Amino acid sequence: MEKPFAITLDVGTSLANHTGSWRTNRPVYLSRIPPCNHQCPAGENIQAWLFLAESGNYEGAWRKLVEENPFPAIMGRACYHTCEGACNRGQLDSAVGINSVEHFLGDEAIAKGWKFTKPAVTTGKKVLVVGAGPSGLSAAYHLAMLGHSVTIFEAGPLPGGMMRFGIPQYRLPRNVIDAEVQRIVDLGVKIVYNTKVSNILETKQQGGFDAVFLAVGAHIAKRAYIPAADSAHVLDAVSVLRSMEGEDKPLLGRKVVVYGGGNTAIDVARTAKRLGATESIIVYRRNREKMPAHDFELEEALQEGVLVKWLSTIKQAGESSITVEKMALDDKGFPQPTGEFETLEADSVVLALGQDVDLSLIEGVPGLTVQDGVVQVNLQMMTGHAGIFAGGDMVPAERNITVGIGHGKKAARNIDAWLRGGVYTAPPKAEVAGFDKLNTWYYSDAPKTVRPVLDIIRRQSTFEEVQGGLDETNALFEARRCLSCGNCFECDNCYGVCPDNAVIKLGPGKGFEFNYDYCKGCGICVSECPCGAIKMVPEEI
Amino acid sequence: MEQSTVKFYQTGTFTVGNRLLAPEQRSVQAGDQRRNSLNSGHRACQGCGEALGARYAIDAAMAATNGQLIAANATGCLEVFSTPYPETSWQMPWVHSLFGNAAAVATGIAAAMKAKGRSEVRVVAQGGDGGTTDIGFGCLSGMFERNDDVLYICYDNEAYMNTGVQRSSATPPAARTATTMPVGPNPGNDFGQGKNVPLIAMAHEIPYVATATVADLRDLEYKVTKAMSIHGARYIHIFVPCPLGWGAPSQDTIKLSRMAVESGVFPVFEAERGEVTGVRKIRHQIPIEDYLRPQRRFAHLFGKHPDVATIALLQARADRNIRRFGLLD
Amino acid sequence: MLEQCEGSHAVAKAVALSRPEVICAYPISPQTHIVEGLGEMVKSGDLKPCEFINVESEFAALSVAIGSSAAGARSYTATASQGLLFMAEAVYNASGLGLPIVMTVANRAIGAPINIWNDHTDSMSMRDAGWLQLFAETNQEALDLHIQAFKIAEELSLPVMVCMDGFILTHAYERVDMPSQEQVDQFLPPYEPRQVLDPNDPVTIGAMVGPEAFTEVRYLAHAKQMQALDLIPQVATEFKAKFGRDSGGLIKTYMTEDADTIVIALGSVLGTIKDTVDDLRAQGHKVGVLGITSYRPFPISAIRDATVKAERIVVIEKCFAVGIGGIVSRDVRSAVRNRPQPVYTVVAGLGGRAITKDSVNKLLLQAFNDKLDLLTFLDLDWDIVNRVLDREKSKRRSGPVAEGVLRDIGTVASGAV
Repeated sequence: MEKPFAITLDVGTSLANHTGSWRTNRPVYLSRIPPCNHQCPAGENIQAWLFLAESGNYEGAWRKLVEENPFPAIMGRACYHTCEGACNRGQLDSAVGINSVEHFLGDEAIAKGWKFTKPAVTTGKKVLVVGAGPSGLSAAYHLAMLGHSVTIFEAGPLPGGMMRFGIPQYRLPRNVIDAEVQRIVDLGVKIVYNTKVSNILETKQQGGFDAVFLAVGAHIAKRAYIPAADSAHVLDAVSVLRSMEGEDKPLLGRKVVVYGGGNTAIDVARTAKRLGATESIIVYRRNREKMPAHDFELEEALQEGVLVKWLSTIKQAGESSITVEKMALDDKGFPQPTGEFETLEADSVVLALGQDVDLSLIEGVPGLTVQDGVVQVNLQMMTGHAGIFAGGDMVPAERNITVGIGHGKKAARNIDAWLRGGVYTAPPKAEVAGFDKLNTWYYSDAPKTVRPVLDIIRRQSTFEEVQGGLDETNALFEARRCLSCGNCFECDNCYGVCPDNAVIKLGPGKGFEFNYDYCKGCGICVSECPCGAIKMVPEEI
Repeated sequence: MEQSTVKFYQTGTFTVGNRLLAPEQRSVQAGDQRRNSLNSGHRACQGCGEALGARYAIDAAMAATNGQLIAANATGCLEVFSTPYPETSWQMPWVHSLFGNAAAVATGIAAAMKAKGRSEVRVVAQGGDGGTTDIGFGCLSGMFERNDDVLYICYDNEAYMNTGVQRSSATPPAARTATTMPVGPNPGNDFGQGKNVPLIAMAHEIPYVATATVADLRDLEYKVTKAMSIHGARYIHIFVPCPLGWGAPSQDTIKLSRMAVESGVFPVFEAERGEVTGVRKIRHQIPIEDYLRPQRRFAHLFGKHPDVATIALLQARADRNIRRFGLLD
Repeated sequence: MLEQCEGSHAVAKAVALSRPEVICAYPISPQTHIVEGLGEMVKSGDLKPCEFINVESEFAALSVAIGSSAAGARSYTATASQGLLFMAEAVYNASGLGLPIVMTVANRAIGAPINIWNDHTDSMSMRDAGWLQLFAETNQEALDLHIQAFKIAEELSLPVMVCMDGFILTHAYERVDMPSQEQVDQFLPPYEPRQVLDPNDPVTIGAMVGPEAFTEVRYLAHAKQMQALDLIPQVATEFKAKFGRDSGGLIKTYMTEDADTIVIALGSVLGTIKDTVDDLRAQGHKVGVLGITSYRPFPISAIRDATVKAERIVVIEKCFAVGIGGIVSRDVRSAVRNRPQPVYTVVAGLGGRAITKDSVNKLLLQAFNDKLDLLTFLDLDWDIVNRVLDREKSKRRSGPVAEGVLRDIGTVASGAV
């Protein structure tokens, strides 16, 4: 077509006008840390494995998960999921059921028999892990995946630590523990049972180990001074729960009193119910608000008929009853005696007042510092003695399985670096993707799926798992509730909302790129990115 | 109003695309082979709602007609920023004649295609609110009455933006423009009856009338696609914020459109032959203040002594829209 | 084939024979019969494929034609007077975009005061808009010029206005020789646009052009009209070869070779002038007539050459420029610049006032003796004019001028003024 001058123009001529020169700010894609990842004591890349689960790639999701934490099936049952507390979706409708999806993935892995991939190269280094609890097993797993030869010395007859001997079966079935531990053993990790270490330096030297990770946990029950008659049946929670694993179940009688307000107290009280107690009463010196046990655990306990005596301390224990003094909280929140007493019938009293660490194996080791009954470690999880690392309940930290597992991973990475003659430097942390970074309009309204719960009668009389898992449809639904905070999930919004076509779509799985030749820096992409994976930075002139 | 509700796919159809949706279930804009009928390099302001709306609408029309589309454009922002000699951003045949005749020019193109037996070629006319509700009103009404086979799309940014933000009959009451300054006893635009061109289009009983915004891409694409499946006079009125003219930050364009819908200020609906056939319900209603505050053209209503009475009047108008169109469940 | 019919009908038929694809029409006297005729032809199916669109204003009419022409369809419309002004923006737009639209202007006076009768004020108001303007002298020429107009327009890619006197030509019954469809088809091939809106080869038409290129674009419009000075005679020659008669061209001369006085005019009045000149020639006066057919482009060389021997030129025009004087005569003056010939401006026939042989005769006799004012309003009633001027001098509230004049003429019952 012979076109009239100037009045008629050819297609494509505007591309000569690089409107990018107008910018004072430019958008950049970034990855922010989702609050769930940030919160997880085991450092799981939760958003990343949910991302994979969302499209039905469960094995991919599981493999992503186990890059950080080898125990999803256990986590799905025993973790206190503080990730869900931090989940941004909680501010929208309700938190994503991260724990339920983890539960599902863990069970899928066991059902489908997915195995860890052995590393191609071994380092020739030998590491000793003391204690086959969550922390020790986690360290062993990570060290094995880094190519090291790992041996675990476990004082008890079975692996699991507090997972087996502290958490009742109705919360964590034993076959689940066995399956997840077996997978680690299949990597080549040796577990030597019934082997208590009494002198760590000797053991290290005799075994020719290049480094040691101590994870013996805290198994010694704290006791309080309670005047008790000889015939009084006073036990501690640790031994009660431990003996649940053996042939002979503990005989607690019809009326059981549990003294303490933590999760262990609740575990014992619920166990007592299942063992046939007609009355299972928790006596706690403060009120529900101050109780350290997780609220949902208490709820389940109450549903099962466990009773709680708030604001009470045990003054005295007799053969078939105890004396209890009523307390009142002062203005600082501390319980003060009121002078009022009460008698409670009790066949046995179980003390659940906390646990101490058995530190005998490190006596005499130069350089180590013990404070408040726990071993001090530096930021590299190393004790004061070079080559001896520690983690889990035996170091200063919040005490739960997930924290322990996190310590194991961190220690393993540090040990690995130390064995190479260096120091492990974690990659720099990105900013956290707070709720204010999201544009939640784009997420469909979808309330949380609730895991099925065993009905009350069965809960009171059997040790069947109380909380079931989600089936695939529900798990998928739940995974898709994830807002993908701070991480692009390829929703195409930026690509679509740019008035200047200045976003290039690179392809499925490859994300997007800005065309800075044309981007005017208006910021609509930032505003309309649902997950906060774009930010504006000043243009450098 | 959409053809099917989508099973829960994280963002469902709220976002432009969704990697969990099959490609054909995503929007036209999500396609990596999308036509970009209005391509990069145009001179629209940062964050221009009209540039976005035009690409959305024309890409959808091109997809619906398999690329057999011709556009006639009125004078205005869209025309000026997209075709300054020697550059044009349009990737399809496009003609600009005058300010008030886009509808008539489109009628002519449609007649030419019919005379030539090229019935697969469809015609779109585009104009801003000034070119549609004011100066182009006569030609628009004529086109409607004759039921010419033209889809007329009005991009409503509520003033004559191209010439410097002067008031048009689409300017909302109380808004500041260069010819309705916020001074004197009645600052901003007068409170009149307004001029509801979608309703006027419905009064012409044309086959299809719809309103849409740039905040709901799927809805806009659905409406354009539906319009292109119909022959005869059709009208779509798209709400497009203007950051410069409204005094809002450039990144708020889509957010403001959303708020206009959620407050009831801009009802989103469709109609056929004079009867409303569907409305977009408000998802999370907000008070009109939330919509007014981010815009400097309403700044005189706020401050140390907020003009509570005027805000209440504006809220009442929004409430009336909600009642009239049934925007809340 | 010979036909006795109304001028409008002849034009409608000629337009139909030219195979237009889109016709858009808004009715205005005295163009109505043209578009009515075409409308009926389309509706009955006699003219197809063609879309006939009843638009809601003249502005819409030309706009529709702009759209259809840009889309590659041969497009036609017609108007007059007020309608031409109402579409003024579009008139400039069509020529600016270079669209070969053919439009009949059934010349009519422009109000206020409203007047439906013939003069050339309407076409003259658009003379600088960039359209070609061809003036028909007879109904035959009117129909012929439309056929030629499509050919010229499409070759140059410029719109053409075919001007014919309202009522005098449009509503007069005359014998015309109507060509056949085969003849017209041989003469006028299908429209091949220079630029077109086509999804298979997209372009943008109507860009905004700034100072860096605007002058060039405008010059090109002028250059094209200069090309028309060659093309128009060429087309007329081709027309003669095909249809066997003289029609069109830039100018027509009658007895000008030895004339001392040459009378110049446009349109149907040339017939009256030629009759008067016959009478004057019989009395021995050496007088001739030059009819301008192509008013735009203005045939400067042709007029200059044709008037080289004349001692004086009298321009009789049905229009004038308020505040200065003649329109056509000024253009003629620029054609004969640097020559001593006086060019007399005679404004006649405004608002449909008859131009009689008698008046022309008297006028020319005065002219021969150079006793004519440089600007003359033919047959003006000075009494009425002076009465109005006096009234305005004496009273502030002198009343509307037109009504006052009508009262003075006595056509309206007088009341207190």
